[in-house]
Order: sequence, then C-alpha cells, then structure tokens
Amino acid sequence: MTERLFEGADWDFHTLQRITDACEEAALKDLGLDVYPNQIEVITAEQMLDAYSSVGMPLFYKHWSFGKHFAYHEASYRKGLMGLAYEIVINSSPCISYLMEENTATMQTLVIAHAAFGHNHFFKNNYLFKQWTDAEGILDYLDFAKNYVMQCEERYGRTEVERTLDAAHALMSHGIDRYPGKKQLDLREEEKRAGRRRQHEEEVFNDLWRTVPKGASKARTAISLERRRKLLGLPQENLLYFLEKSAPRLAPWQRELLRIVRHIAQYFYPQSQTKVMNEGTATYVHYRIMTQLHQQGRISDGNFLEFLGSHTNVVFQPEFDDQRFSGFNPYALGFAMMQDIERIVTSPSDEDREWFPDIAGKNDVMGVLRDVWANYRDESFIGQFLSPKLMRHFRMFHLHDDPEERAGIRVDAIHDERGFRRVRRELARQHDVGYIDANIEVVDVDLSGDRRLILHHRVIKGSQLNETDAKRVLQHLADLWTYDVALIEVDGSDKVLREYVVSPRPIPAAVA
Amino acid sequence: MAIHIIDRRLNPGGKSLENRQRFLRRAKSLVQGAVKKTSQERDIKDVLEGGEVTIPLDGMHEPRFRREGGTRDMVLPGNKKFIEGDYLQRSGQGSAKDSGPGEGDSEDAFRFVLSRDEFVDLFLDDLELPDLAKRKIAQTESEGIQRAGYTTSGSPANISVSRTVKLALARRIALKRPSKEEIDELEAAIAACTDEDERVELVALLEKLKAKSRRIPFIDPLDIRYRRYEKVPRPVAQAVMFCLMDVSGSMSEHMKDLAKRFYMLLYVFLKRRYKHVEIVFIRHTDRAEEVDEQTFFYGPASGGTLVSSALQAMYEIVRERFDPSDWNIYAAQASDGDNSYSDGELTGMLLTDKILPTCQFFAYLEVGESGGSAFDLSDSSLWTLYDRLRNSGAPLSMRKVSERSEIFPVFHDLFQRRETAQEKAAP
Repeated sequence: MTERLFEGADWDFHTLQRITDACEEAALKDLGLDVYPNQIEVITAEQMLDAYSSVGMPLFYKHWSFGKHFAYHEASYRKGLMGLAYEIVINSSPCISYLMEENTATMQTLVIAHAAFGHNHFFKNNYLFKQWTDAEGILDYLDFAKNYVMQCEERYGRTEVERTLDAAHALMSHGIDRYPGKKQLDLREEEKRAGRRRQHEEEVFNDLWRTVPKGASKARTAISLERRRKLLGLPQENLLYFLEKSAPRLAPWQRELLRIVRHIAQYFYPQSQTKVMNEGTATYVHYRIMTQLHQQGRISDGNFLEFLGSHTNVVFQPEFDDQRFSGFNPYALGFAMMQDIERIVTSPSDEDREWFPDIAGKNDVMGVLRDVWANYRDESFIGQFLSPKLMRHFRMFHLHDDPEERAGIRVDAIHDERGFRRVRRELARQHDVGYIDANIEVVDVDLSGDRRLILHHRVIKGSQLNETDAKRVLQHLADLWTYDVALIEVDGSDKVLREYVVSPRPIPAAVA
Repeated sequence: MAIHIIDRRLNPGGKSLENRQRFLRRAKSLVQGAVKKTSQERDIKDVLEGGEVTIPLDGMHEPRFRREGGTRDMVLPGNKKFIEGDYLQRSGQGSAKDSGPGEGDSEDAFRFVLSRDEFVDLFLDDLELPDLAKRKIAQTESEGIQRAGYTTSGSPANISVSRTVKLALARRIALKRPSKEEIDELEAAIAACTDEDERVELVALLEKLKAKSRRIPFIDPLDIRYRRYEKVPRPVAQAVMFCLMDVSGSMSEHMKDLAKRFYMLLYVFLKRRYKHVEIVFIRHTDRAEEVDEQTFFYGPASGGTLVSSALQAMYEIVRERFDPSDWNIYAAQASDGDNSYSDGELTGMLLTDKILPTCQFFAYLEVGESGGSAFDLSDSSLWTLYDRLRNSGAPLSMRKVSERSEIFPVFHDLFQRRETAQEKAAP
C-alpha cells in the first residue's frame, strides 16, 4: 500500500523531505501536536562541536570559556571518549534542529520525530517556556548580544569586557528571576531599547556638564532600614539584576553586559527545570511516530529494529550499584512516565483509580498528555504522576545520609505501601531547582557606612558553599560592586555558620 | 506548513577559532609551560608536530556557587534487598560520583590538542626569539614558477606560436582549406589552358577555392594557445645536521637541556629551508661514536674528553655518506669547554683542514650552569682554541650559553649568512 520512506541506511535531501512530511502528518493529525515552524539543518561533526561550545546556539558572543569547552570536547571526541549527540534543537521560532550528517536514514527519522516535533511541541506549549522565553526573539537577541559585545571590545578594550563577562558568568546561576510578576520577556524590544538608550546618550552628550561645580550634597536624613530595603528592592535573589540596577560604579555598557548574561541565563532556566519532561515528551513522541510509520509499512522491519536498538540505548536506566550509574536518566524516567500515563488513561488498575482518579480510564491519551506537557515542570510532574507501579518497576528506594549518624546511611523508604508517597516526594524534590541551587539573596547595603553589600545564604540541610569557589565568585561580585561584599551563611534558625568578606581588586589603571 | 531543510555542511568551519585563540591567549603562560615540558620529552624531529598538552585547570577555572556536604537525601533505582530502616555502611567516599565536562574538582588537569602551528609558535615564543627572526623561521618556503602545458586564455605575451600554428594547421587540413600551392597550380593551369570550356570550369573552381580559403581563416582565434605556468614549491636541497656533544661526567642535565634546545631550534630552522633534513648524533668522551637520539641525550657514558675524536668521526661519516656537493652540512657542537690539553693541536687542525671547508655553518655552544658566573673567570681550553681559530679567519659561530634566552643569538650568524647559503642550496 503505502510506499517506503527509504530503503537501507542512505538518505538524501529528498528522503529527508519525505521523512519530515510523514512525521509531520503523524504528529499533527494523530498526536494533535502544536509546533513552531520547523527548520532542519544538516551539519558535520566539527560544526556539532562548535555548537556544543556555544551552549547549542547558532550564534553567540565571543568569550574564552567557549574556547576552553571546545578544546575539551574536541580532545575527548578525537580520542573516542565521547560520542556526539545525534541532534541539537533550539527553542526558537522557527524551531531549528541540527542533524548530524553521519546519522543513518532511520536515525534521521528518529531525530526529526524527536526534536522537530517532540521538543518543538514542548517548547511551544509548556507554561515555563511560555512564561520565561521568547522563541521569536532569541536569535535576533543573540545577534544583538554578539554585536554589542564586539562593539564594547572595540570601544573599551578586550580585557575590560572580558573581566566584566567573567564576573557575570560566575554569577549566571544567580541571575535568574524565579518568580513571575514582571512583564513578559520581549527580547526584540530589549534590543531596540538598548539601541535607543545609547543613541539618546550620544545625542544629549555635553561635556560642559562635567565642568559644572557640584553643590554641597544635601544633608542626608537617616532613613530607616525598612525604607532603605524598599528603595533598593531588597531582598533580591537575582544578583545580576541587583548589580545592574544598583551597583554604584558600573559603566552603562557594563550594566548592559550584565543584562545580556542575565537574559541568556533566564532563557535557559526553563530547560533546567524540565529535563525529565522535555526528554520524556520527545522520546514518547518519537516512539509513537516511529511505531506508526512502521505499522503503515513506511519503514521496513530491518530499519525498525535498528530504531528499537537505539531507542533502547537511549532509555536505558542502570541500577544504583551498576558502574554506569550516574543518577536517573531523564530519558528513561520521562519516557516510562509518559507510557505509564498512557496505561493509566486506557487500562487502569484499581490501584491507579485510587491514586489518579482524575485521569484513570479517561481514554483520551493525547488529551491528558498534552495537558500534562503544558502545565507541569519536573518537580510537580513527578510529584503528581509517578505511579506506585513505576516505583515498583524501577525498584526505587530513598536513602537518608546524615553525616552525624554513626550507624551509616539509613534506608528511609522503599517501594512499598508505606513508602510510595515518601519516595515520590523525595524524587520530586531532587528535581526541584529551588533545592538544587544555593539560596543566596542580597539582604542589605550599608549605605551610611562603607557601602558594604551584605548577602545571606540560607543553608538547607547543612549543605554549605564550597569555600574556594565561593571566595572566587565573591571576588568577582566585589569587583563589580567595587566595595566590600560580605556573605553570611545562616541556617534555619538564623544562626551564623560562616562569614566571608571580600574586598574588590583595584582596577588596573592601564585602561582608561 | 513549509519545512525548511538546509544543508549547512558546506558552511565555513572553524566558528570557534576565535574563542579558541582567546582561550590560548588567556592560558598562554600555562600552555607555554606545557609546550616546554612536552618539547623536552620529545625527539628533535618531532618538535614540529602539534600534539596534546595538559595544563592545570586551576587558572582556567570558572567558579560557581556550589553547595557541598550536609545531610543528603537521594532516591535511587534498583533496590534488591533493602527494607525500610536498614542501615548501609559508608564506604569511605560517597558512592555517587558527579562530574560535569570541564567543570568541578573532578579534573585537576585539562587536556587538549594543539595544532602544529600553534605548537611551533609557542615553542619559538618560549625561546624568546626576536620577532623578525621568528618571521624568517616561520615563513613558508618560497614558490617557483614552472611551465605546465597550454591554456586557451592568457596574456598576449604568453602566446605559444608553435602550438598555435600547429593547431591551425590541423584545423586547415581537417576543413580542407586549399593550400597556396594548390591555388598557384590552378592559376598556372588556367594560364596555360587553351580550351575555353575547360578554362571556364577551372576559373569557377579557382573562385570556389578562393572563397573557401577566405571562409576558413589561416589562423582562427580558436587555434590560439597560451603557455600556462604553475606555481610549484621551489626545489630545495637536502641538508644534514651533525650534533656533536661532550657527554663526559662534567655535563649536567641543565647543560644537556640547553644543548637539546639549541639542536631543536637548528632543526626547526633547517626544516623550513630544506625539504629533507638528516640528523647525525655523535657523542664523545675520549672516544666518539654515532648513536641514536635517545642514547645521545640520556645514555650513560664516562671517560675523559677528546674533542678531536668527535671531529674525526664526523669527518669520516661525511666522507662515507654525505658528499658535500649533494648535501648542505651543518654542524653544532655543544660542550662545557673541557678538552684534554694535548688534544688542542689535533682538534684545531681537523677543524680548519677537514671540517670547516665542507660545512655551511659550524656552531660551537659552550653551555654552563644556570646563573653561570663561573664563566667570566677564565675561558675554557676549547673556547681559547676556537677563539684563536676564529680570529685567524675561520668561519665559526660560537657562544657561551647558560640560560635558554641566550641560545638565539648564536643564530645571528646563520641568518646573516643566509644569502651565501642560499646560493649553495640551489641545485
């Protein structure tokens, strides 16, 4: 009946076109996915390495750390220590998927189904991505960032720019707004705004102002602590935002650089929160599409077996005592949960009815899944949908490691009736970025005294900061703030555990 | 919905080149140290290869706020026998390992591959060469121009007349263009003809032939051929480099390292000038022997010092294997300056009579300990001898060296003699 999409392993661009059309038909009609327009690009291994070192982005500003990553990846790739990904997909509109030229025709089909439809649907529909990223604007914004950094290097010197970017990169993980409330990100608008601001400065520049004598500063009335904190918008956990707005001695271009780094960090923030879901969605989608294509006779039995081989490798979950174990494989967990939801929706057991009354036996698999994909992130997804059956299947157990406990590591809960909820809660917590990243906030600035910036680290479960790294990051922070910076680690009962104080390094006089 | 499929494979590669250069620039001192270390371990001939270097990650570390320690909770898959409330023994370290690529403490050293050019550049940098010299060494070999067939286009100056005429002739024959003789013959026949009918016929034929010869030009633009030239690397002659070294007990590791660097630099220099460079290692105590590189630098040896033995050995090798008319001979001798007193006469004679006339360049490097103040006290016996020879006009280049940066000036003489060397190098 239907024609085969391809025979054997070879493909050309017509084959890719046919494959994409077939996948699109299955994805849109049968799975009811809603995707950004696709753009598929075929690249070589070297270009893949290039993409690796610029966090997968097709264009990025220049910085030595990307060169370092490139050198590292290249060395391990050449020695055969590391394979390259089959694809990279970018959350943009149009959604760009990079395919490796080495892939066989079957792999290209898998990858197109996985990236161009699975990930693409997730990017477009998940609430986190909708809230925090601007798929339409990202490429233009990156282009702007690249040019802006380049212009800064021309005007202010490469070392100066590098110093600022180094510092911004060190603080990148704390340059994120975690709670919505501000208006949505519009990167195109950002770009225009930066341009306008610069233009305005140039237009109204008048060197005379510099010569006007300054009047005696107004007598400063002591403002209350509350008032001061309010004025500065404290407490503030977005360190880069705080520096951009309030650091006293940064040049405008430095603030703009911080802003760029901050926006890029924000853009990647949803990805780190949805690894399991994102990969689970994409894997589930490619599995459905491939199976369907095979059932329609458009993929031969041999090619389908090849697909099953790579699919199985991708969703392999080693056990905890296996040498290959390095935590939960997001592909395995995600895919297993999506399939489990499918099972619960179509043929639930009594246990499922008890645990998931809302979806058990609802029979509309794709409707339920699309709703899940749109409205959850890893933490809430696992907390809500990890079923007892799956916990038994993975034989999950929860370890509690208290260094104070002499007897050893306690097995706190296992996959039994008493433990299901606790195991599930713990696993969900493991995927909560709020728990993974250190909780650091700017709490106060000593405005009347030495302008010292005061940060608090709320220590959770006795886990403090690595000392050498913390000192280095604080050094960068102090260089940007240009006055002393103090970081105080406090535990839940406000007891001070450790205190760091770092002074800024003098700025070399060479660069004016 | 339109789907765009784009082939990016032909896009220019090396998008990360700029970032890579920035990284190298930033890590310069570290990479330079690594290159220095690598080049010490390498054979002289491999100095020009690129290669993997390892630098400590410390200076290139990108810090982040990271948490560690404290109470840990984890959910793991694959429970086999545990039940709630069991206690597991701690096994020294945590069982779960976490290592991100290029991040964290898990890696204290950072390995990556330098290309050949990057490596040589850093190697030369380390020797503190003046920029001009660096450029001379690093410049690629000159290109010559060579005839390479014919082409249909070119400058009028390059028209190949013979080839053009030959092609025109072939074309005229193929198209049966009447030759001048044929027409002359016909005209003669017409002149001689008496019969009116036949004459009319002949005149018609003549007209036809003339028309044809007008239609088919003698030389058509199609026939024109130009000489084609191609750039080829200029053929370069072969060179042999003799490394002579005193390996008696008084030579320390530092001295040998200085000597090795000097040989490496000489090799780099020769390699840029000559297609084929052989290296001969001769080490000597009171006897001389030809050895491989490993033995040369690291093999144990003991005994007195007779420099003449090495010169004699070199002379014999030259006579046997390297005819001075085919080979450019370079010799570099490294020593701490000791020589047996009685040997001086013989050494001087061998050098002036047999060695120097065959050599392009003879360098003597007197190596000393780092700091090397002892040098100023008095000249060594060998130095005194060579100095005397040089003053009497022998083409010797000699230098005292106790630090790496002092090696380069030895090459000044070599660069100054470049012109004469080139003449001899040309075939």
